[in-house]
Amino acid sequence: MAFKLSKESVRSDFIKKIEELSGEEISACYHCGKCSAGCPSAMAMDLLPNQIIRAIQLGDIETLKTSNTPWICASCFTCYVRCPRGIDLCSIMEAVRQMTLRTNKDHIDIKKYTGELANLPPIAVVSALRKMSS
Amino acid sequence: MKEIIYYPGCTLKNTAKNFEDSAIACSEALDFKLHELKDWYCCGTVYSLTSDDLMHHIATVRNLLRVQEEGQARFTTLCSMCYNTIKRSSKRINENENDRETLNSFMDEEENNYEGKVDIIHYLQILRDEIGFDIIKEKVKKPLKNLKLAPYYGCLLLRPNEVAIDDPDSPSILEDLIAAMGAEVAYYPFKNECCGAYETVAEVDLVVERAHNIIGNAKRNNADAILVSCPLCAFNLDNRQKEVLEKYPDFEGIPVLYFTQALALALGLDPDVCRFDLNYQPVEDLVRGIKQ
Repeated sequence: MAFKLSKESVRSDFIKKIEELSGEEISACYHCGKCSAGCPSAMAMDLLPNQIIRAIQLGDIETLKTSNTPWICASCFTCYVRCPRGIDLCSIMEAVRQMTLRTNKDHIDIKKYTGELANLPPIAVVSALRKMSS
Repeated sequence: MKEIIYYPGCTLKNTAKNFEDSAIACSEALDFKLHELKDWYCCGTVYSLTSDDLMHHIATVRNLLRVQEEGQARFTTLCSMCYNTIKRSSKRINENENDRETLNSFMDEEENNYEGKVDIIHYLQILRDEIGFDIIKEKVKKPLKNLKLAPYYGCLLLRPNEVAIDDPDSPSILEDLIAAMGAEVAYYPFKNECCGAYETVAEVDLVVERAHNIIGNAKRNNADAILVSCPLCAFNLDNRQKEVLEKYPDFEGIPVLYFTQALALALGLDPDVCRFDLNYQPVEDLVRGIKQ
């Protein structure tokens, strides 16, 4: 469904909450696209990293909630070290993930992977659970 | 002999025992002793990126407190994830008195308060800054002269800027180590690109693509092996070669070693300390190549 831009959406509490959680100023981004150009996982994302910022700027909450992008981001910080505006996009992605996780909705059902877990390094399992479950 | 407190982390006692054993053997050969921290906790593996989530720094603070109680102001670790998490958390807690007070009052069962003075350094920084690559070069007994090695930094030793052990875009610490060991460096553009990290749990295909790109490019630049310093990078680049081969039947495998395993060979230590049985891709041919 097309998103209808309104005065309310661009001034929503959602944007303020993302800014508070991430510590970043969402309006600072001018969409040069450097984050999306350098993101090593962009090929698996349905929205490019800077499109996530655009959705936040517009207050398009539905798009953010259905996108796989924040869950594909593995916090590698490549975008952060390259951003000409110094924006830590990884923290913004974390804030978007937390907005879902804090409603008690997990993104990952660890029971589905029980057979494989024993072969994985403990750091893989702990970090996946930290990032994708509440 | 110099001593430093060493924080292993969960994976060094598990799938990455080969990393720990080879690192301990190397450090003794280089005249510094790793002395394992008593009662250490898992660091949490990822630094909490949300501003209000103080609770997830508590594991790090307990580790810092253990170091403080041993009368030391610094300690070292091998795993890149532990390094990054502890370094970032300690930076936040050491620089922010309010956070420190909140956490100290939460840990009311602890005898002492954490005073905010403990710092962590990575093992590679000890090799570069305290031993020196020139000394390492002198101590090399079996130069790896037949080998071309591709350094792989991954993310967490280099990013973000405030915790980087080297230049985030153009690091050279592993290249310098490779040169000191007498091997040739395989230069390739993917040395600091993410391997997919913990996406390996639920998004195996994404990690397979990343590994295929990184390894394929290292091979095109004539690498005989890839050197890593993170047990998760090691898993994604080494063990996931099984899935890469299933998807790309013409894919040719390549050994992936911890930098300490290569260093142990170069220092002429008993290859048993390398625990090559825990590496996925066979390393025997590589070791044989060095002996000739």
